[in-house]
Amino acid sequence: MAKMTLLQSIRLALIQAMEVDETVLCIGQDIAQNGGVFRVTEGLLEQFGQMRIVDAPIAESAIVGTAVGLATRGLRPIAEIQFFGFIYQAMDQLASQAARLHTRSNGELTVPLVVRSPYGGGIQAPEMHSDSLEALFMHTPGLYIVVPSTPRDAKGLLAAAINNPNPVLFLEPMKLYRSLIEEVPVDYYEIPLGRANTVIEGQDLTIISYGAIMPTVLEVVKQASYSIEVLDLRTIAPLDLEAIYRSVNKTGRVIIVHEAVKTAGVGAEIAANIAENCLYALHAPIMRVTGQHSPYPVSTVEAYWLPNNESIMQAIETVMADEGGG
Amino acid sequence: MWLNQSTLEIKQVRMLDSTGELDAQQLAITATEKQLMDMYSYMVRSRIFDDFALRFQRQGRIGTYASIRGQEAAQVGSAFALSSHDWIYPSYREVAASFVHGMTMTQQFTLLMGKLPLKQQAKLPIFPVQIIIAAQLLHAVGGAWSSKYKSEQSISVGYMGDGGTSEGDFHEALNIAGVHKLPVIFFIQNNQWAISTPIHQQTASKTIAQKALAYGIEGIQVDGNDVIAVFEVMKLAIAKARHNEPVLIEAFTYRQEAHTTADDATKYRQDQEVENWLAKDPIARCESYLVAQGLWSTKQQEKLIATSEKAVQEAFDAANAVARTTLEQVADVVYAKELNSRG
Repeated sequence: MAKMTLLQSIRLALIQAMEVDETVLCIGQDIAQNGGVFRVTEGLLEQFGQMRIVDAPIAESAIVGTAVGLATRGLRPIAEIQFFGFIYQAMDQLASQAARLHTRSNGELTVPLVVRSPYGGGIQAPEMHSDSLEALFMHTPGLYIVVPSTPRDAKGLLAAAINNPNPVLFLEPMKLYRSLIEEVPVDYYEIPLGRANTVIEGQDLTIISYGAIMPTVLEVVKQASYSIEVLDLRTIAPLDLEAIYRSVNKTGRVIIVHEAVKTAGVGAEIAANIAENCLYALHAPIMRVTGQHSPYPVSTVEAYWLPNNESIMQAIETVMADEGGG
Repeated sequence: MWLNQSTLEIKQVRMLDSTGELDAQQLAITATEKQLMDMYSYMVRSRIFDDFALRFQRQGRIGTYASIRGQEAAQVGSAFALSSHDWIYPSYREVAASFVHGMTMTQQFTLLMGKLPLKQQAKLPIFPVQIIIAAQLLHAVGGAWSSKYKSEQSISVGYMGDGGTSEGDFHEALNIAGVHKLPVIFFIQNNQWAISTPIHQQTASKTIAQKALAYGIEGIQVDGNDVIAVFEVMKLAIAKARHNEPVLIEAFTYRQEAHTTADDATKYRQDQEVENWLAKDPIARCESYLVAQGLWSTKQQEKLIATSEKAVQEAFDAANAVARTTLEQVADVVYAKELNSRG
């Protein structure tokens, strides 16, 4: 065990994957000499050389499209999109190509590709740097989407993502890159994709969340006077519906928290599944605490735009005050 | 002081004139007599496939089909020059190139009938056809990169049409291939039309070949209706690509049919233009040459047509006999359970 930031644990996962498997290589903008704009890949060029740590031209579609070509020919590329808000440029290569090639080839071509991308708000970045666009890809059959919220999870989940034979979108909460520090096992380990983590067990209410907003959720839960169960999804595609149902059937109350806008978001998908499968277990309407329906805003208002201590606490009080139908 | 395309001297490589006579011979003919006859046979068989496919589509027996009529020389000449371990990344109009590279007509019909591809055939070094224009060029670049990374001899060929040169992925692919010096050939068939958009509305460039220059790679324009010229140019390109010099080939050709069976070209195209190009038909031209060389007879022609028609019909029947794809099969194939190591 060693104390690590999220950034350091991600770097260690990359190093460990590259050390044991020569087919793993990284491609992205400014990742080599510069070590990435957040320094996640710092030192990797020196350790693995320019064949395996490759600076790409500023062309997101080319980065993902080329990586698709590499992945289908026996390599395991890890592509970096510098900020997730730039992903629209690579939308076709991810959604129409990477996600569909296994189906298109009737299972003959696998695409063991990881697309890493810093995402999420709260760091006063310029426009297009802070967007949470994960729902777009949840809507795309063929992709995995992983969103860690702690250094320990990030290391194990990234290891599993690199080892997965499918294209995986790996979203790194950039606000947490350096702010979270915890004990992380130094040795190689994997955390299976598609399984949620029950961070706190509780009886009265389930809060379902993931990624960058998790620390805020946990902080609010500590202050609340109810027994609240907190699920960290870790993977949003595929969703761990079993874990969600198990918790909701126990507590009967649900709040979903994410940074992305509410409309047709991850929360909408979760709420619909709960409604289809656990409606009669509910004592109160499902609530969502999300970014508001506007483009991610200018930095002076982002703290209010994002879910925050007040809005999450307010949702808890509202859901707990509901006496249930009947 | 200003760079201007009018100062570029771009000479189209041509070996045979439209009557099949040896034109101002710009390159030596290295193709053997057998290779010439094989290429000719592939062209004829592909056209017969095309005729049958158009008919089957009208009869409702296959889905939408994009005819290759008029582009047989470009496709056959280019693919014929490849080794079996080289990869091709086709667009939806590369039926003849795919046949030359090993795809069976049964596989082609299976796909046209709306069934998942046959597994055995999907193992060939032919990337599955995708529809988004130019997207496959980046896959070709990645495939070439993989060959270079693993120090393999294999090269990759990205096939595309003239319309695709307007897409971002075309430019990104050429750019990254140039920067990283990858063993890839961009084979662009300029068939003059992108559905209803003529080439002069697609680009202000005098040629597609010159676009290579902007990316620091070499380009060449070849008469795409001259199978010998295409083959010889492709051989030179392959030699460069095997030494990690990416190149772009513009094969100047013509789409004799509509864009697909869902299109009516009379709505936007003059009959006279089509007739002018029919006079430059790639198959007639090659046949004249072979006959003049004493390499081809009426009897051989009759036999080729008869065996081809039989083979196409048999392929259609075989594809017809392939079980319909089920919903369960589709659900089962979305995610991979394990890695398939390729290349």
